[in-house]
Amino acid sequence: MAAVAEQWRENRPTAGARVLRLGELWSYRELVYFLALRDVKSRYKQAFFGIGWTVFQPIVGVAIFTVVFRRLAEVPSEGVPYSVFALLGFVIWSYFAGSFGNASGSLVANASLVTKIYFPRLAAPIASLLPGLVHLTIGLALLSGLMALVGFVPSLAAPLLAVCVLWTMAVALGPGLLFATMNVKYRDVGAVAGFLTQLWFLASPVAYPSSLVPDAWRWAYAANPMVGVLDTARWAVLGTPRPGPEILVSLGVTLALLGLGLLYFQRTEREFADVI
Amino acid sequence: MAEAAIQIEDVSKRYLLGEHHGAHGTLSDAFGGSVRRLLGREPAHLPEIWSLRDVSFEVETGQALGVIGRNGAGKSTLLKLVTHITEPTSGVVRTRGRVGSLLEVGTGFHPELTGRENVYLNGAILGMRRSEVAQRFDEIAEFAGPQVRRFLETPVKRYSSGMYLRLAFAVAAHLDADIMAVDEVLAVGDAEFQRKCLGKMSSFEREGRTIVFVSHDLSAVAKLCPTAVWLDAGRIRGYGPSREVVDDYVAAGITPTAEREFSDRPDAPVAARSAAVRSAAGNAVASLARDEPFTLELRFVVRERVADLDFAVFMENLRGVRVLDEAWSETAVLERGAPGEYVARISVPPVLVVGDYVVGFWVGSAYDTLIYEEEALRLRLEGDAKGRRNRIVQLGLAWEVERVAEPRPSARRAEPLPRP
Ligand SMILES: Nc1ncnc2c1ncn2[C@@H]1O[C@H](COP(=O)(O)OP(=O)(O)O)[C@@H](O)[C@H]1O
Ligand SMILES: [Mg+2]
Repeated sequence: MAAVAEQWRENRPTAGARVLRLGELWSYRELVYFLALRDVKSRYKQAFFGIGWTVFQPIVGVAIFTVVFRRLAEVPSEGVPYSVFALLGFVIWSYFAGSFGNASGSLVANASLVTKIYFPRLAAPIASLLPGLVHLTIGLALLSGLMALVGFVPSLAAPLLAVCVLWTMAVALGPGLLFATMNVKYRDVGAVAGFLTQLWFLASPVAYPSSLVPDAWRWAYAANPMVGVLDTARWAVLGTPRPGPEILVSLGVTLALLGLGLLYFQRTEREFADVI
Repeated sequence: MAEAAIQIEDVSKRYLLGEHHGAHGTLSDAFGGSVRRLLGREPAHLPEIWSLRDVSFEVETGQALGVIGRNGAGKSTLLKLVTHITEPTSGVVRTRGRVGSLLEVGTGFHPELTGRENVYLNGAILGMRRSEVAQRFDEIAEFAGPQVRRFLETPVKRYSSGMYLRLAFAVAAHLDADIMAVDEVLAVGDAEFQRKCLGKMSSFEREGRTIVFVSHDLSAVAKLCPTAVWLDAGRIRGYGPSREVVDDYVAAGITPTAEREFSDRPDAPVAARSAAVRSAAGNAVASLARDEPFTLELRFVVRERVADLDFAVFMENLRGVRVLDEAWSETAVLERGAPGEYVARISVPPVLVVGDYVVGFWVGSAYDTLIYEEEALRLRLEGDAKGRRNRIVQLGLAWEVERVAEPRPSARRAEPLPRP
C-alpha cells in the first residue's frame, strides 16, 4: 500500500491549451463504457417507451417523409424505393442529431461528477456518443426488414456503413464539444443547439437526394459534413451514384470542426468544476 | 520520518462570483457584456473571493489529517485541489499515489439502476477497474449490510436513504486508494452507520493510507486524526495535534449575529426575508443569559403555492452537535402554503448550556428543499458552566429524593439527610 515508489503528480495553474492526454483517456475507458451503459440502461428501463419507441419513431418518420416529400413535393430517390431511401437517411440522421444533442448536454448532465470526482472530462462527451448506437442498430435492423420486404438487394459495399457511422460520430463530436463547453457557462445554448439541428436537417440530404442541388452549388453544399456522410452511406448500402470529389470538403470540415472542438474544450476544461 | 504523500505549497484559489451555482449567465448577456466591455462601459472584472490563501503544509504517508473550520472556510476547496478536481490559482499541490475522493456519498448513483449495477458504475467513477469491483463485490455487499444485500437487484430509487448511503459508502470504502479525501460524508446517516464508517476509516489508517478528513464532528476528528489543520476564511489559523487545534477552535468562539436580512431572489418560489434571535422582550439579541428563554424568528415569502409547506430551525454547538432541530410538521398538520408573507416563531426554553451556537433553518416541502441556510445566526449563551463541559443540555430536572430506611441499629450514628 505504501506509495513511496510512486511519481509525484502536480496540480498547478496552467494557461493556454493543454496537450490532449489520450493515454489518460484510454486508462479511463471503463468509465466511458459505464457512463454509456448507465444511459442505455436507464433509457430502456422505462420498458414501455424503450424498445417500442425506438421501432415506432423511424416508421412514423418515414411515413411522414413519404407523404410530404414524395407525394406532395415529388422528390426523386435515385431509382431506389423511396421508403428504403428515406429510412436509411432517417436512421443515420437520428443517430447524428441524438448524439450531437447528448454531447452538447454531456457536461451539464454530469455536473455532479464534474464537481466531485477527477476524471478526464473528455470521457463525458465521448460516452454520450455511444448510447445512440442501440437506436441505430435497431433502425438498421428495421431497414434490412424493409429491404427484404420490398425485395431490394443491398450493394456489396454495405460494410462501409461502419465507416460512415464513425464519421457521423466525428461530425457530432466536434460541434458537440463546442456546445458542451459553452453550456457550462451559458445555459441557453441548449436551445441554440436544438435550433441549429433543425436548420442542419433541412440542409442535409435526409429526405431528398443531394442530386437535387444544382451542380454549381455542390461544393458549397458539401461543406455540410452530413452531406458527405449520407451520400457515402447511400452509395455503400443502396448503390446510389458514387459521391464525387466534393466529399473531401465534407471530410475536411469534419476534421476542422473536431479540431476546433477539442481545442476549445481543452482550453476551458480546467474551469469546468468551478463554473458548472 | 515518513515521506510526504501530499505537499501543498503556497496554494491560493480564487473564485469569481457571479460564476457561482445557479447564477449562470446567458449567451445574450455575455454578448451584451463583451460589447459593453469593448465600448469601455463596464469593468471587465467580477467580484472575487479567495477561497484559500497562501496555504502550505505536508501530509506524511500513512497520516490522517483532520480539516476543521466554519462554513465557507475553504475546506472543500482544499479537497478539490488535493483530488485534482480543480486547479489552484497559484501555488502547487503534489500528490503521490492513487487519490480517491469521497466528497459526497453516492456521486453518480443512478436511481433507475439496481444496487448491483450502481456498485459497478460507482466503482468505475471512483476509478476502479471492473475486475477490481468484481473481486470485492462480496465484501462491499457485506459491508453495506444484510438489508441492502437482499435488494441488490432492485433499482436504488426504491431504497430508503439509509440503504442508499450504506451502499454508496461501501463502494467508496473499498476503493484501493493511497490517499483518501473525505468531505463531511458522515454528516448524513444514522449513528450506527457513522460508527461503522469511522471504524472503516481507522482501518484505512492502520493499512497505511493517507487520509484527509473534513468534518463538522470535532470529536470524530480528534479521535481519528492525530493532526489537524484549522482553516479560517481561506487561511491556516491552526495546525498541530488535533486535540489542541480543536480546543483552540472551540475556544475562539464566534462573532454573535442577532439578526440577518437576506437578499431577495425575485425568481425563487420561496425566498427568505430575515431571521432573528429575540429576547422575551422582543429585542433582537445575540447574547443572552443561559437561563433566559428566547425566540427564534424566521420571515419568508411564498410566491408560488407550495404543496405541504414545511420548515425547520436548528441549532448546533461549536463541536458540531445539533442540539435542537424542530420542524413545523412535527407539531402541525401540513397544509398548502398559500402565497404570502410568513413569520414563524419558536420559543426555546432555557435548556441549553453556556456556549456558542450556530442557528440555521430550512424551508421546503415534503419533497423538496427550497431554502437551506446552514449558518443564519450566531448566538452566545452566557453564564456559569459549573465546570460541566461535556453536557449538552441543562434541563434543570427536579430530583425526587426520600429517605427509604432508617439506619440499622448497629450502624454508627445516623446523620440527618440535608433538606434540599
Ligand atoms: N465554484 C465556486 N464558485 C464560486 N465560489 C465558490 C465556489 N466553490 C466555493 N466557493 C466559495 O469559496 C468559499 C469556500 O468554500 P468551501 O471550500 O466550499 O468552504 P467549506 O467547505 O469550508 O464550507 C466560500 O465562500 C464559497 O462560497
Ligand atoms: Mg464544504
